[in-house]
Amino acid sequence: MRYIIFFLKFWYDFIIGDDWTIAALIGVAIVVTFWLVRSNIQAWWLLPITAILTLGVSLWHAA
Amino acid sequence: MNGMFLILATFLAATIEGVEMMTILVGVGTTRGWRSTFLGAVAGFALLAGLTFALGNALLNIPIQGLRLAVGAMLLILGLQWLKKALLRIARPRAKRQAPAALQPESHEKIDWYAFVVAFKGVVLEGLEIAFIVVTFGAEANQIGIAAAGAVAALVVVGGVAFLIRGWLSRIPREWLRFAVGLLLSAFGTFWAAEGARVRWPGGDLSLLGLLAVMAAAAFAYLALLRFHAATRPAGS
Repeated sequence: MRYIIFFLKFWYDFIIGDDWTIAALIGVAIVVTFWLVRSNIQAWWLLPITAILTLGVSLWHAA
Repeated sequence: MNGMFLILATFLAATIEGVEMMTILVGVGTTRGWRSTFLGAVAGFALLAGLTFALGNALLNIPIQGLRLAVGAMLLILGLQWLKKALLRIARPRAKRQAPAALQPESHEKIDWYAFVVAFKGVVLEGLEIAFIVVTFGAEANQIGIAAAGAVAALVVVGGVAFLIRGWLSRIPREWLRFAVGLLLSAFGTFWAAEGARVRWPGGDLSLLGLLAVMAAAAFAYLALLRFHAATRPAGS
């Protein structure tokens, strides 16, 4: 049981960390990118823009 | 494809993937510690060797897109977390707070699972791409052994260069090193996650350099804003 809790806590810290909005926004951006590409729109720009804006939002919350 | 040309082709192709792999290993090793990074890399190479031995040509059936998506998304999230903490600490150097687990350096007794996992993922993903190159080029020419020799030579050369520059890297201030590693992980993560979502980057692998430049420009702009905010904020607030 101790190892399962350690395992789950490790992945929670790894992915969520101290700001869940980073993982949530990146996850949404990846899903939207996938959907746009499936609709024949080459949305290579979406993920970099989301990453930069997500960093800004996260910094703004922390500052 | 004759033998010499085959070695040269696999050497060049594997060098590109090898540079990406070593960038992650050197960055994580310098900021988090070498022991766990080395163990993660060894575990990654062991898995790769087992897969290559067990699957052979069937290696090409591994769903690399799904792997790119998962590894890329995790590296991007982790990279943004590192970049955020590094920017806050560079902008406000006197602020003392407990670093989260992702930023704490490793203890000498325990394995640092963050460094281990990031190194493992980097080696498995890039190593699989190198294995694909070897199998594809080698099978076409019916000379997998020669293609593998070209790839191994590329890894030895890139690994040697990485080993030589690690001492120089250790002289860079820790927060700036975290800044650089966060930037690299974010750029690689963005590139792979988008490729996993079936995006075709304009310019192919070269777009990684563009991504790095744009993300670095944004990070420096955020740093300037944070410093301005810290300088104009009333004392004690």
